[in-house]
Amino acid sequence: MTIDLAGLLAYAASFGVLAAINVVICLSLELQWGRAGLFNAGVAGFVAVGAYASALLTAEPAAGHLAGPGLPVIAGLAAGSVTAGALSVAVGSLARRLRGDYLAIATFGAAVVLELLLRNLTPLTGGPLGLAFIPRPFAGLADRPLAFALASFAWVGFIALVLYVGIGRLVDGPWGRTLRAVRDDERAAASLGKSPVRFRLEAFALGGALMGLGGALKAHTLGFIAPEHFPPTLTFQVWAMLVLGGAGRRQGAVLGAVLVTALWSATDLLLAFFVPAGAQAQLAPLRIVVVGALLALGLLWRPRGLLAERLRVSRYL
Amino acid sequence: MSVQWLIDGAIQGSVLALGAGGVTLTYANLRFGHFAHGELVAAGGYLALATVGLLGGAVPALGAALGPTTVSGALLVGTLVAGAGVAALALLLERFVYRRLRARAAGISAVMASFGVSMALRALLESAFTSSPRYYSEELSIAIERGGVRATPDQLLVAATALALLLAVHLVLGHSRLGRSMRAAAENPALAAVTGIDVGRMAMASWIVVGLLAGVTGVAIGVLGQVRPAMGAELLLPFFTAAVLGGLGSLPGALVGGLLVGLAESWAVATAGSEWRGATAFVIFVAVLGLRPGGLFGRPA
Repeated sequence: MTIDLAGLLAYAASFGVLAAINVVICLSLELQWGRAGLFNAGVAGFVAVGAYASALLTAEPAAGHLAGPGLPVIAGLAAGSVTAGALSVAVGSLARRLRGDYLAIATFGAAVVLELLLRNLTPLTGGPLGLAFIPRPFAGLADRPLAFALASFAWVGFIALVLYVGIGRLVDGPWGRTLRAVRDDERAAASLGKSPVRFRLEAFALGGALMGLGGALKAHTLGFIAPEHFPPTLTFQVWAMLVLGGAGRRQGAVLGAVLVTALWSATDLLLAFFVPAGAQAQLAPLRIVVVGALLALGLLWRPRGLLAERLRVSRYL
Repeated sequence: MSVQWLIDGAIQGSVLALGAGGVTLTYANLRFGHFAHGELVAAGGYLALATVGLLGGAVPALGAALGPTTVSGALLVGTLVAGAGVAALALLLERFVYRRLRARAAGISAVMASFGVSMALRALLESAFTSSPRYYSEELSIAIERGGVRATPDQLLVAATALALLLAVHLVLGHSRLGRSMRAAAENPALAAVTGIDVGRMAMASWIVVGLLAGVTGVAIGVLGQVRPAMGAELLLPFFTAAVLGGLGSLPGALVGGLLVGLAESWAVATAGSEWRGATAFVIFVAVLGLRPGGLFGRPA
């Protein structure tokens, strides 16, 4: 028996695409939670907004019920980020001081309402069926699975890399330092003239915008989106990624995203190959139990994650 | 427009009040927003369902409906089982997950863990019972009509039970030594411990009351509608909204908040259509945060 090397490579590349998108989303949550201490219980909603905004703007005018202006994908990615960022500002401003449980409930509620809108505003969102015919970069290669998977991985991976580097510059710079100060000692930061509310809102908005970008990437790699691509379990998976990997450090977010994506894909394969079709419906939810248990265990035994944040006082000390 | 929506809203509102009571009590005595409350509710629904299945089959007399309602003797036993069983489940969660997390300075990690617990419990229920709806009874509750408005005996029984239970819990916790100790332990654990209050036991006592309320909430939802793994999670936003509207930590607030959210939802369904029921709670939540963040009966934030 020969191993299908090309098939294996194509699988690895499409796993890479999935992982890279999750890295983007997890990095955005890392910004909100790890750097600013802001709890977002509605990640899936912000991701969905980015995906739908980008899909609506890039679709061809003639494609199905979608009468989009047919903008280039890059414009869609930008619009998806901006829309999700604006939504974050709106939701963030609700929970005035952006602290604790009110923000958790506000983000949770926003995600519930967004899902409702996606399902019911059928003329705009396609309702439960969602949107199809979303342009995919390198779609011309689609009949050669390996080349297409590699090309997709290349462009999505590139964007993830740019974000990784860019966020690094930002959080290690003055803005990131102030954010850390606000997170760790709000009063001290305020006494130095830094408005905690403003910095938190900025971090929340930027994180939300990047979640939207992650969603847009999802739309342009899948080619179709529906509400079920953005279930509450997505929020929970991203949290598991961040908690396992380690909030407060970008490497942690990346590691967590890759690990949880791998776990998810591996259990998917196990289910598909070793479990009879009849029992799959019963066993599929157990994957969530496994991730949930991992999240709880991680919080209990390694609360700072696999790669814990390095505490810094000052580089001059 | 008929006033039927007022009746429907008050009935739904009494169930929401019961759920909000559990959420608000967790917040007052255990100091965190418990995102797995919906799954405690669903666990109660299924515990009662299992009891009805076992008892109703074994003792036919218990399977028969009582009076004009569809509620059987077996379901009454099931309600007790649900309350006790969910209290036990809540104690297990406290022992193995929340106890250590609540102690941490960043109280939010308990919230995050409860998010994980919520997904895991719901997935377990789905795996064990599938997500198709189940019912306590095959019978139909026939509506009674008075002056142009209708309500079924089931609905009236559920609303009365919910409000009575909430009031009873409020009176007991508000006027007993136990309730005072629970509040003291929550307000200032160190000071409470010095005066001889066992803070750990008070937390367990709080979880027992929360579990009891959640278990009965599950049965109430099941009697009026369906038993499904998501039956509680779907109402989590209205629960939270009602609790915040009433003032987080206040049981009378949860009661009034629940009724108001129920009425608002019912009005929205009557005027805008049932698909927007879920958005009503969020609109109220936004309004409360903007106008009166401390809620109706709460201290200003």
